[in-house]
Amino acid sequence: MSDLQSTLPTIGILGAGKVGTVLSRLLLAAGYPVHIAGSGSPAKISLIIDVLAPGAVAMTAADVARTSDIVILALPLGKYRSIPADLLEGKLVVDAMNYWWEVDGIRDDLNDPRVSTSELIQSFLPTSRVVKAYNHMGYHDLDEGPTPAGTPGRKAIGIAGDDDLALSDVAALVDASGFDPVLVGSLRDSIALQPGSELFGANFTASGVQDALTRFPTTERGLEVAAAREQEIAA
Amino acid sequence: MTTGSIEFGLNSFGDVPTDGARTLSDAETVRLLIEEAKLAEKVGLDIFSIGEHYREGYVDSAGPVLLAGMATATERIRLGTSVTVLSTNDPVRLYNEFSTLDALSNGRAQLVLGRASQTQSFPLFGYNLEDYETLFEEKLDLFMKLQREMPTTWSGSVRAPLVEQTLHPTMRPGGIPTWIGVGGSPNSVIRAAHYGLPLMLAIIGGEPHRFAGHVDLYFRALEQFGKPMQPVGQHALGLIADTDEEASETWWKSWQPLITQMGQERGFYPPTRERYELELATGALFVGSPETVAQKIVRMTKELQISRFDLKYDIGGLSVDARSRTIELLGTQVAPRVRELLAAESQLETAGATHE
Ligand SMILES: NC(=O)c1ccc[n+]([C@@H]2O[C@H](COP(=O)([O-])OP(=O)(O)OC[C@H]3O[C@@H](n4cnc5c(N)ncnc54)[C@H](OP(=O)(O)O)[C@@H]3O)[C@@H](O)[C@H]2O)c1
Repeated sequence: MSDLQSTLPTIGILGAGKVGTVLSRLLLAAGYPVHIAGSGSPAKISLIIDVLAPGAVAMTAADVARTSDIVILALPLGKYRSIPADLLEGKLVVDAMNYWWEVDGIRDDLNDPRVSTSELIQSFLPTSRVVKAYNHMGYHDLDEGPTPAGTPGRKAIGIAGDDDLALSDVAALVDASGFDPVLVGSLRDSIALQPGSELFGANFTASGVQDALTRFPTTERGLEVAAAREQEIAA
Repeated sequence: MTTGSIEFGLNSFGDVPTDGARTLSDAETVRLLIEEAKLAEKVGLDIFSIGEHYREGYVDSAGPVLLAGMATATERIRLGTSVTVLSTNDPVRLYNEFSTLDALSNGRAQLVLGRASQTQSFPLFGYNLEDYETLFEEKLDLFMKLQREMPTTWSGSVRAPLVEQTLHPTMRPGGIPTWIGVGGSPNSVIRAAHYGLPLMLAIIGGEPHRFAGHVDLYFRALEQFGKPMQPVGQHALGLIADTDEEASETWWKSWQPLITQMGQERGFYPPTRERYELELATGALFVGSPETVAQKIVRMTKELQISRFDLKYDIGGLSVDARSRTIELLGTQVAPRVRELLAAESQLETAGATHE
């Protein structure tokens, strides 16, 4: 380590695949120390990290959880139970995961219009502060998209969470990584960032994200979600 | 790096085309594919490959049978797959099919193994998607073993073990060219390098140069595993017509509904026309006049160091004529133009080198 100790928080990334390596690059470029893990030993990903995210430190998932201030979840959602929950106690956790049936298989629990998948993650990590972010943009857009704050046409990332301080920390992270953060609402509202919503796959500016968000309740998916949730309350 | 030499292939998923107002039947599409392979050979293309899909609108479900038909109808063109879904195939059966194809075609068989982005074959053949990794790992191990050492002894969790097993017809020594298809996952790149197999990059969206890191990773991994250098290829989607405008309009008519349908299945919204234009200009779609497409391929040889370029020329609803025009133009105009541009550049480089 250099003696120029970074004053920025250390970012941990669980998942060294397409999204994990892209986010590592973006955050390293913004000056954050990055710790990263795949599902196995650090040796398995060391060359990948060397080449695709030089500067990030490959570790086990447990060590990433232990040594990082903010932990980004960039693994397949279907595997969320393999996240080292106890080591994330009290930490800020960024959920970038989506239900993708081509990977996760058909899973009704991950495709429930009543419960957002980030709410599931929050109940799996009860003492962590979970914020949804970086999930709705395709990894190639994440890779190609970052620009400095204030750039006209700068792309935006929707974020959602229940803890104001955590949200402002993640907003700063998103901004530093090259995107305008747009507040989408609570974890419950983060369903508007999930597959099936107009924002899923969106590579929009902040006002584009806002507009899509405003439209959400009147879209087919928005109506489906509202109806399912109403029924739940009635039951 | 080997600049200057490049091979051209066509990929088909057996997309059902139209002829005037009529949509061809599945059987007609099957027969059309044989004609298209013949045309590909006639216009000088190097490879014709077909995919593996199990859904309406695609007739490439029985790849080896189709390829056998092509083998007896052609003489020179190499025949293979754009992706064989190894996880849901039996490696022993696959070996038998492709050793037979190789015999039938007099040594022209090859294949690309991968995951494919569509996973219908998992439920269809009774596999669990969650087992994808184990299935692929173990079956690749067995398939390569069968190709590299016969008789083969193997055991694993995904099929019955083999003890001193010899298969017939036996493949040529060393097996047939076997590529690994990857779609962006760095782990798959490492796997290709681990087996010393050539790498096929399936780039279907976004700016292709973002795969430069993967190519770098691949070469470094080959080196680390002590494997000889291997070629890198690119699988891309596109259409070639006489003008950029014609190509762009024709492709959009098929691409827009296809992406809309994919989006509905997977939960994303279809891209706008603006996004489409961007894909044409700097992205992954090779849609345009011969000159436009040739220039873009030349860029790929530099950014991604590719020495093989495969164009998937069929897309649902495209007319039979537009398809054959693409094949013709790829063979007669794009391929020679790319080679000409590359030759001119390497001449410049040599001249530069001698003047230093
Ligand atoms: N692809 C996109 O465009 C995109 C965009 C936004 C969000 N997302 C979401 O981001 C997540 C990752 O997607 P991806 O496309 O990057 O997938 P990917 O390329 O398959 O990578 C997944 C990574 O997660 C690792 N992993 C699995 N279990 C783990 C565990 N328990 N701890 C740590 N790492 C683990 C895998 O390691 P091994 O290889 O060792 O198993 C692999 O490195 C998914 O939830 C996806 O929905 C994807």
